[in-house]
Amino acid sequence: MIQVLLFMAGFISILTTIGIVVVLGKEAWLFFRLPEVNIWDFFTGIKWQPHINKFGILPLLTSTLLTTSIAMMIAIPLGMAVAIYLSEYADVKVRKVLKPALELLAGIPTIVYGYFALTMITPLLRTIIGADVVEIYNTGSAGLAMGILILPLIASICEDALSAVPTTLRDAAYGLGATKLEVAIKIVMPAALSGIIAAIILGISRAIGETMIVAVAAGAGPNLTLNPFEGAETMTGHIVRISGGDLSYDSIDYNSIFAIGLVLFLITFALNMMSQRIVRKFREVYE
Amino acid sequence: MIKKNMRASSGFTDTLVLRQRSGKSWHLAFLASTIFGILALSALLINIVNSAMGYVVIDFKINPAVMAVNGIALGEQTTEQWIQLLKDNLSTGALNKLENVEHLSERSRREIYSLIETRVLKKEVIESWSLYDSVFHKSEIITEYLHMQETHPEAQLKLMSWINGDLIMRSQSSEANTAGIRTAVLGSLWTIFFTILFAFPLGVGAAIYLEEYARDNWINRLIQTNINNLAGVPSIIYGILGLAIFVRVLEPLSSGALFGFTDPTTANGRTILSAGLTLGLLVLPLIIINSQEAIRAVPQSLRKASYGLGATKWQTIWAHVLPNALPGILTGTILAISRAIGETAPLVVVGASTAISFDPTSPFSKFTTLPIQIYQWTSRPQSEWRHLAAATIIFLLVLLLCLSAAAILLRNRFEKKY
Repeated sequence: MIQVLLFMAGFISILTTIGIVVVLGKEAWLFFRLPEVNIWDFFTGIKWQPHINKFGILPLLTSTLLTTSIAMMIAIPLGMAVAIYLSEYADVKVRKVLKPALELLAGIPTIVYGYFALTMITPLLRTIIGADVVEIYNTGSAGLAMGILILPLIASICEDALSAVPTTLRDAAYGLGATKLEVAIKIVMPAALSGIIAAIILGISRAIGETMIVAVAAGAGPNLTLNPFEGAETMTGHIVRISGGDLSYDSIDYNSIFAIGLVLFLITFALNMMSQRIVRKFREVYE
Repeated sequence: MIKKNMRASSGFTDTLVLRQRSGKSWHLAFLASTIFGILALSALLINIVNSAMGYVVIDFKINPAVMAVNGIALGEQTTEQWIQLLKDNLSTGALNKLENVEHLSERSRREIYSLIETRVLKKEVIESWSLYDSVFHKSEIITEYLHMQETHPEAQLKLMSWINGDLIMRSQSSEANTAGIRTAVLGSLWTIFFTILFAFPLGVGAAIYLEEYARDNWINRLIQTNINNLAGVPSIIYGILGLAIFVRVLEPLSSGALFGFTDPTTANGRTILSAGLTLGLLVLPLIIINSQEAIRAVPQSLRKASYGLGATKWQTIWAHVLPNALPGILTGTILAISRAIGETAPLVVVGASTAISFDPTSPFSKFTTLPIQIYQWTSRPQSEWRHLAAATIIFLLVLLLCLSAAAILLRNRFEKKY
């Protein structure tokens, strides 16, 4: 009896996934069946302008990829460098302070980073590069803030992976005359590779799904551009803006957020599956 | 032969210097990255504190000194006199509006005074500066203030902290002078209450099932993989799910109509209950994963001893496994709850209200929460709202810091070594 009840609790998680798939699938299906919408145009159209019935997801997708790339350009090298420093170089005392601090920082709500992007990074960019080049809302500052948001996440997971590599491996390399850097790069990193790659994929997936930073700082209005100093709305930013007003249930806007949501879900789902598969397949097991 | 060896060893020494040099420069690069990370994150916190305090110029259309009655200054009059003053100076429509939200006689003295300041004296912040400017460019601020006094003779220059008792006690408002976060704080608390109510028992139950009962078959493996996947789904997707399921399909339940509950202020299914359940779904995988780890950490010997004494499986779990795993479970739950408190995107999608000034009174009330408030205030271009948003961020961060501290204390206090 108790076992059945507990099983039901576990089964809720399956129901959640089914719920997500059914809800997104059904409403997206309704969206694609509308006479105004053409599924081919949805994936290839270069304009997203609901008021003239143009539903091409490319402008939203490119700006999502743009902010994500900027974020990862910051977060991957710096996050890994921080992880290597903490696990291989820092002394125990420094590490004991910095590691929990990292985890604490990873818990700051993303809206705070959005505020930071809009009130600090954007003015900074406008002073350095020029107010006539950098718009008030731009994907660059959103991407940078996102990079700072994801840095602790990648650093923390990578550090876990690096610390899990047994000391005997390091000692053996030192015994052969390797320098500290060589041990870190040539011995420890390859041994922890699966964890590092998983952390990076997780970071990318997080950046793609990140909403509040882009909603605050990246600007409203879809815009097909690769210029990081222009405003451009991402997939998540669009969903938030559309649903922020009083959305009526029968409108084409309402259905369109499910179609965008479905694309978003499929991308992040594929990335998450990939990261789990990598961890399972390439994990080195040490006794 | 000897010559050859010599050459080899000198080659080794040559590269050794190079290797050590590159080792040193990379060491510096790693250190620099760490310092950059710390600097970036300190910049974030400093930026917020910087906007949350500073000089402001406050202007009154009517000088408070004019309001003295029989030589008693405005600030020393009784609350009844103040209410009378409000009644004398406001239109019937505006008065009714205020009374509808909360009766004037039931409001605190402080609240009445701030109403007088904004409605009667027409208090207005006409200029504001950041903390940095207030400290390092004080003389320029004073020159500018003196300049301003020519057009605004009643203007006062004041050093103020935007985060103060008034901000927390006042309800949400469309004017920056009277806007507060009470509505949002209460909204957050109500929402989180339902999140915990929903996610904690389910999460712990699922964790017990997966760790203690589940055999290694396809369905249990599916559940486990699925939970790991759900933890990585973007939060906004949960918002869309909540909008479709809780707000629309379960509208009779989430709007309270099923219980014969008709609150004139509710906006169909866009209620606290819907928001709480949506966040519950969001944190459920986190609670399950954390609880599983806590249960796994309870040593097998404890279970075997219990079985050896003739206890049933459930007795063993209830009396031995759970009490020992509880600190870990609670720590994980607190961390999941902090995540829920800071979540904004799903609640915007579920339909947080943009402008409500009354406190939530039931699960079926409209809602706004702290992060939503920050989002809305940040989106407004005027600088007063930015200051208010910064102040609210500080409040939110302190709240989250307290929760994390509680989690760490709990872990340290009850941590057992087997």
